[in-house]
Amino acid sequence: MAFHIHPLERKWLYAASAAIAIFLASILLTALFGGIHPPGHMEIIDSARLHLDGEFMEDKLGVRTEPDGSVRVTLVAARYGFFPREIQVPAGTPITFRIASADVLHGMHAPMTNLSTMVVPGYVSTVTTAFPKPGEYPMLCNEFCGMGHDHMWSKMTVVSKESWTLAHPSAGR
Amino acid sequence: MIDKPTRFLALCHFWVAFGAFALACVLGLYQVLERSGLVPAIQSPGVYFASVSTHGVLMAFVLTTFFIMGFGYVVAVSSLKTPLWNPKLAWAGFGIAAFGVALAALPLLTGNASVLYTFYPPLQASVLFYLGATLLVVGSWLWCVVMIVMHSQWKAAHPDETVPLPMFATTANAILWLWTSAGVALEVLFQLIPWTLGWVETVDVGLARTLFSWTLHPIVYFWLIPAYIALYTFVPKAAGGELFSHDLGRAAFLMLVVFGLPIGFHHLYMDPEQGSGFKLMHGVGTFLVALPTLLTGFTVIASMEIAGRRRGGSGLFGWIGALPWREPLVLAAILAFLMLIAGGFGGIVNASYAMNAMVHNTAWVSGHFHLIFAGTTVILYMAVGYYIWPRLTGKPLCSASLPVIQLWSWFLGMVLMTTPWHILGLLGQPRRISSVAYNSLLTLAWDPYELAMIVGGLVLTGSALLFAYILWQSQARPAAEQAFEVEYAGYQPADGPVHPLLNGFKVWNVAILGLMVLNFGYPILQFFLAKTFGSIPWGY
Repeated sequence: MAFHIHPLERKWLYAASAAIAIFLASILLTALFGGIHPPGHMEIIDSARLHLDGEFMEDKLGVRTEPDGSVRVTLVAARYGFFPREIQVPAGTPITFRIASADVLHGMHAPMTNLSTMVVPGYVSTVTTAFPKPGEYPMLCNEFCGMGHDHMWSKMTVVSKESWTLAHPSAGR
Repeated sequence: MIDKPTRFLALCHFWVAFGAFALACVLGLYQVLERSGLVPAIQSPGVYFASVSTHGVLMAFVLTTFFIMGFGYVVAVSSLKTPLWNPKLAWAGFGIAAFGVALAALPLLTGNASVLYTFYPPLQASVLFYLGATLLVVGSWLWCVVMIVMHSQWKAAHPDETVPLPMFATTANAILWLWTSAGVALEVLFQLIPWTLGWVETVDVGLARTLFSWTLHPIVYFWLIPAYIALYTFVPKAAGGELFSHDLGRAAFLMLVVFGLPIGFHHLYMDPEQGSGFKLMHGVGTFLVALPTLLTGFTVIASMEIAGRRRGGSGLFGWIGALPWREPLVLAAILAFLMLIAGGFGGIVNASYAMNAMVHNTAWVSGHFHLIFAGTTVILYMAVGYYIWPRLTGKPLCSASLPVIQLWSWFLGMVLMTTPWHILGLLGQPRRISSVAYNSLLTLAWDPYELAMIVGGLVLTGSALLFAYILWQSQARPAAEQAFEVEYAGYQPADGPVHPLLNGFKVWNVAILGLMVLNFGYPILQFFLAKTFGSIPWGY
């Protein structure tokens, strides 16, 4: 009783394993040492009470500049839009998005950028990214959320860092 | 020799499978037309999402489950050379599953279950939909019992022999399916049905998605294993050769079962309810499960090379031209490999942890899984259909050239449809939309690809209907004498029987249990340790 492996097969086994090892090594290196992860960590919220208190109340939504110069965007995803519907953020700056759903499953994706996350009722989605190029970007809902799903999108304008600093003189350094 | 009752049992399964397939293809054609927006008269999100839900359920649950059950009975009887164990139980499985499909069809076709085949709570469908899906799975569990019992009875009667490869792989699939379906069964029985009946007010969507992800990846191996059985045991013989080697094939099936299960979180990379650590662990497993597919590619292509050289092909590539390209099994295998290479590349992108953000939920993903499922897997189901039909009906196929045309057109249609989807995905188009309603310049770049997608859909639907026509015509011919023998490829003799590890499943079941506890234990437990907030039901 033994394993019967053809010599050629053994070579292929090693080659295939080596290819997989290279893929895995590059993912593990960038994740563990470069801190590159997909969004998400278990953070619980009561989606039925978003509007009553806390950071997802209507008057607290939108773009805010932190003392260290980074930018935080707080959004509510609800049928059918990401609220507020229009936001403006600076280019070349780390921006942290915090998003909660007021109703069903949603997904947010700004094409041509790294901004992508699922929005699951009962949980807060957090994703941090930076946009190298100024321009207008749509934020599309990319998870089926109901009959109006096709129409669920909001607008994000990325402005150059210079004009952002001029418009927000008190913010940051 | 397959006995008459088993032939009839298998044919009933195959007709449900292929009938569902043909209907789902017609729905698919409607979807590409509707989605493109070129025909305003058929624009309707209500009809579109009902159609998408039905298309997904028919393809992923009905075609696959019934094909796998029917094929399993044929493999068990023909490879073990024993009569079917407990035909009544097998028929009960068929009846329960078919009743489940009929039950689920009512709300699906009337737009009362437009929650797509992945369920999507807190959107809520009619309870008939969840009950029907449950019964379909329960019916398939009876098939698993028949397969596992036949496997162990044969082993008990032949203690020093090696279980034939096709039956070993079929039993591996039955065990895989029992493990796989447990996740979605827990979700439906303990979360969705009580919630839909109003026994509980809310559903924890994070827990529901975690349980579904348990099922969502290994289910693709449940679909794929019969295709791999055809590659290992039918294709080498059809090409005129033999299987290049045997042991690594068995190891490949075991690897699919063991590594395929504990890796479902690559579907949840973008989700907030699971942390980075577990996502990364599942990501590592996802890459490991590429190994059995790479081994299968090597062994099957090497087997075809043996055949090509035996047929007079020489040189580095000459054996490829010498293969019998007009033989449906060989042609399907070649085309399946081409689509598997492209689809596998896309899969590696999807599996790549943080890079997934670029393509998650875009049309790229639809392109990927249509190549792997509708391309690689279903084209081999078709070739198995062509091989097995004369052996079940006793009548030769109605034409030798139509199957070749049908397989080529399926391949062409897949290329025409999935290439634009991959590009559209990179251009940001979401996968589950019924129209393009964004007032953004970005969408102008999408238009030409939508046209190509429609042409692909037309070719595919024509090909699917041709497939059903060939089977129907062949069966409707007057009876002829035809052997009911299914034969499997031999393999080069090895010294002695295989290692016991490659001839049974006990150790592997323990390994699966350990891996499942490790990779799903805490991620499920966390929903009970913390105070989470469920969601009330929502319409759509």
